[in-house]
Amino acid sequence: MKLSLRFTSLLAPVFALIVAFGLSTLMLYLIGEDPIETFKIMYDYGKSGKSIVSILNRSVPLYISAVAVAVGFKMGLFNIGVESQYLMGSLLSAALGAAVALPSILHISLIIFVAILSSALWAAIAGYLKVKKGVHEVISTIMLNYIGTGIIAYLLANIFFEKVELSTTAPQTDLLPESARIPSLNAFLGIEDLPNLHGFIIGAVLVGILYYWIVWKTSLGFDLRATGSSPIAAKFSGANPGKLTIFAMMISGGFAGLIGIAPLTGYFFKYTTDFPSGLGFAGITVALLGRNHPIGMAFGAILLSFLERSAQILDLYDVPKEIEKIMQAVIVLSVVVAYEVVKRYVTNRQIKEASKVVSNA
Amino acid sequence: MTLAINLSKISKSFPGVKANDDINLKIKEGTIHAIVGENGAGKSTLMKILYGMLKQDSGTIKIFDNEVKFSSPKDAIAKGIGMVHQHFMLADNLSVLESIILGMDKASLKILNKSKYKYEINEITNKYSMPLNTDSMIDELGVGEKQRVEIIKVLFRGAKILILDEPTAVLVPQEVRELFSNLKNLKESGVTIIFISHKLDEVLEIADEISVMRGGRHIDTVDSNSVSKTELAEMMIGQNLPTPPKREKNPMEKKALVVNNFNAVEENGRKAFSNINFSINQGEIVGIAGVEGNGQRELAEAILGVFQIESGEIFLGENNINELTTRDRREQGLSFIPEDRQSQGLLMDMSLSENVILGKQSSSKYKTKLFNIKFNQASVNSNVVIKNFDVRTPGNETLPLALSGGNQQKFVVGREIENKPSLLIASQPTRGIDIGAQSLIWNKLRDARDEGLGVLLISADLDELIGLSDRIFVIYEGNFVKELDPEDATPEILGSYMTGLKS
Repeated sequence: MKLSLRFTSLLAPVFALIVAFGLSTLMLYLIGEDPIETFKIMYDYGKSGKSIVSILNRSVPLYISAVAVAVGFKMGLFNIGVESQYLMGSLLSAALGAAVALPSILHISLIIFVAILSSALWAAIAGYLKVKKGVHEVISTIMLNYIGTGIIAYLLANIFFEKVELSTTAPQTDLLPESARIPSLNAFLGIEDLPNLHGFIIGAVLVGILYYWIVWKTSLGFDLRATGSSPIAAKFSGANPGKLTIFAMMISGGFAGLIGIAPLTGYFFKYTTDFPSGLGFAGITVALLGRNHPIGMAFGAILLSFLERSAQILDLYDVPKEIEKIMQAVIVLSVVVAYEVVKRYVTNRQIKEASKVVSNA
Repeated sequence: MTLAINLSKISKSFPGVKANDDINLKIKEGTIHAIVGENGAGKSTLMKILYGMLKQDSGTIKIFDNEVKFSSPKDAIAKGIGMVHQHFMLADNLSVLESIILGMDKASLKILNKSKYKYEINEITNKYSMPLNTDSMIDELGVGEKQRVEIIKVLFRGAKILILDEPTAVLVPQEVRELFSNLKNLKESGVTIIFISHKLDEVLEIADEISVMRGGRHIDTVDSNSVSKTELAEMMIGQNLPTPPKREKNPMEKKALVVNNFNAVEENGRKAFSNINFSINQGEIVGIAGVEGNGQRELAEAILGVFQIESGEIFLGENNINELTTRDRREQGLSFIPEDRQSQGLLMDMSLSENVILGKQSSSKYKTKLFNIKFNQASVNSNVVIKNFDVRTPGNETLPLALSGGNQQKFVVGREIENKPSLLIASQPTRGIDIGAQSLIWNKLRDARDEGLGVLLISADLDELIGLSDRIFVIYEGNFVKELDPEDATPEILGSYMTGLKS
C-alpha cells in the first residue's frame, strides 16, 4: 500500500506538468505563435552544454532559498523575509571576507559562518516579535525586508565603500582574495570548453541532506512538523511553541544565509548594487513547486532555471519572453491544484480502507 | 394517525461502506421518535438524507404522504422539516432576535422590520411556552438557552418536524429536564420530533417510539414502554452487554499527585480557579464534575504545565514539579488525554506510527543521543497500541483522519496508557464515541488503576464519573464546592452542586 501511495504522489507533478504544458500551448497559440516551434527552440537552446551549466549554477541559490522557506512552511511559519535575510548575510560576509587574510579552507568557512550567523540573527527578530509581541511573521518579515534593504544600502554606500570624488563606480565591497573563492568543478570533472560549474553545488546537496535530516529524522524536526500539523497537540505534547518559533526562524534564516554563497564566492567575488536579488521570493515559488520536499524542490529549482535560461533565446525569434513568467506561474498553480487533488484521493482511499477494516471486524 | 415521515427502502453507499442499507422507517405525526445506535450505525447519514444534505442512492421519502425529492436543506425546510445540530450555529455578537431571523430575508437594503419579527417570535415562544428574551445577546446565554434559540429558529421557519441531533450531550441534568418539558409541549401542539441520542435512559424517558440502527440497518422500532435499557443496548451492539466489573476501592498509600492551594487567572483577568487542594493516590481514580467553563479545563492544563498558575504547589509523587516544563512533567510520568482528540491529541495528517511518538519525542524512549527519532521503535510501539486497544485500522501507516472517532480515541488513550505513566489526566475520555469503544476505554482505565495508576478524570458524562471514580469533587466557578463518594452520588445530586443550587 505504501508503494502505491508513493506512486500516486508521483502522479501529481506529472499531471501538473501536462496541464501546464497544455495551458502554455493554448496561450502561445492565442498570441499567434507556433507552440511546437517555440517549445522546440526553448528545448534545443536549454539542452546545450553551456545552458546546462548555467541552469545548474542558477539552481544552486534557488534551491537553498527554497529550503530556507520550506523549513518555515513545515512548521506553519511563513518566512517571507528570506530576501533581506540572505542579502544581509551576503553583504556582511562579503565585507568581512575581503578584510581578512586566512588559509583557504578557513577563509571560506569564515565567510559561510558569518553569512549563516548574520542571516539567522536577522530572521530571529521576526521570531522574537511573533513570540513576545504577537506580531504575525508575514507582516514583520515583509517590513524587515524594507528595513533590511535600507540598512544594506546604507552600509554598502557609507561603511564598506570608500567614495572617490567624481568616480562613477557603483558602491561595492572590496574584492574577495583568491583564498576566499570556491573553485569550479570543471577541472575536477574534466569538463572543457564550457563555463564554470560552480563548486558550491556540493554545498546545495549538503543543504538538502541537512534539511531532510533535521525535519524528518530529528526530534526537533518532529516538534516542527507536529506544530505545523496541530499547534495545540504539539504544545500539549511538551513542545514549547515560543522557543520553537524562534528556533525555526533562525534555522530558516541560517539556510537563507547560504543563498548568497555561490554567487559571492563563485562569480561576483564582491557585494555590489547588482548582486543577484529576488532569490528569496523565487524560493517561495520553488518551495511550493517542490511541496517542501528536498528532492521535489531540487526538480523545481532546475525546472525554473531551465525556463529562465531558455527564455533568453525567445527574443531572437520575436516571441515575447514574458511568456516564460506566465508559464512559471501556470506550472506552480497546476502543481498546487494537482497535489490537492491527489491528497484528497489518498485521504479518501485511506478512509475507504479503514472503513473496510471496521466492517469486516 | 397520519405518518409524518415514511421512508422506504432508503440506501446510501459511500466508497467502501454501506451507510444506509434498505431502511424502512415510519414516524407518526405528533410523536417523539428516538433513533438510537452506535457511532457509524448510519443515524446521521439517514438524518442528512432526510434534511436534504445528502441524496439517497435509492428509496423514497414521503412527508405527510407526499413523496418528496430534496436537493438541499432549503427544500426540506420548505416541506416543514427543521434540524437542530449538536454544535450550535450561532454567532456570539448577535442578539437572539437577529440570530433567529438571520438568513431569512433576501439580502436587501430594506430596513429590517424588527418589531414585526419580534411579535411573531413572541407568538411562537408563548404558544410552545419556551420563554426567551429576544433582546439578549447570544454570548450572554447559557447552553440550554442557546439550544432553545436554535429550536425557536427552526420553528420560526415553519417546521412541523423537528430533528434534534444529540440534544442533551451538552446539557446538565437540570437543563435536560427543561428541554424535555419543552419537547413535550411541542408534541402536545402537534410537532413531530426526531430525537437522536446515545443516552438510553433519556430516550426511554422522552420518546414514544424508539428505532434502533446498527451497521447501516434499521434493526427494529419498539414502543418505549415495552422495552428495557438493557434490551435496547443489546439491540444496538448486537450482542449481550458486558457487565462492568464490580468497583472495588483499593487506593495505595503512595501519592501520585498532590495539589496545594492552586490559584490561577485567565488572560482576561477572570479567575480560572482558586484554592484548589486535593491529592490522588496511586491506584485511585479521582473525578471532577463541573459544568463546562467552571475551571476544570484550566486546572487540567495547569497540572500539565501549559496553563500558568498564580500560586500554589504541585507534586508528582514526591517531587515538586512547579518549575518543570510540560516536557519534563511528561518525562517524569505524567500522561494526558485531552478533551478534543482531533485538535489536541493527534496529528491528523501524520501516520499512527508517528502519532505514537507524540508526547515522548524528546524522551529516550524515542530519541537517540544524536537527536534522531527512533522510527522503528515507534512503528513497533504503535502496533502494540493498535493491538492492545483494539484500534480498527488497516495498519500503522494510516492517517488518524481516516479513522472513526472511537478508533482515534482508543489510539490516544492507548498511547498515553502504554507510556506507563504514574499519573494520567483523562479529560472527556469517551466523549462522542460508540459504546464498544467506550466500554473498552473504561476497562482499560480500571485495569491501569488496579495496577497502581493515579487518574484525574474530568468528564461531562456524569454516569461515567460515578461509575469510574473512587472519589468525586464538584467544581463550581473555579472552586471545589463538594467532595462526594460515588456510592452516594447520582447525576441529580451532582447536577445541583454543579449548577450552584446546593453548596
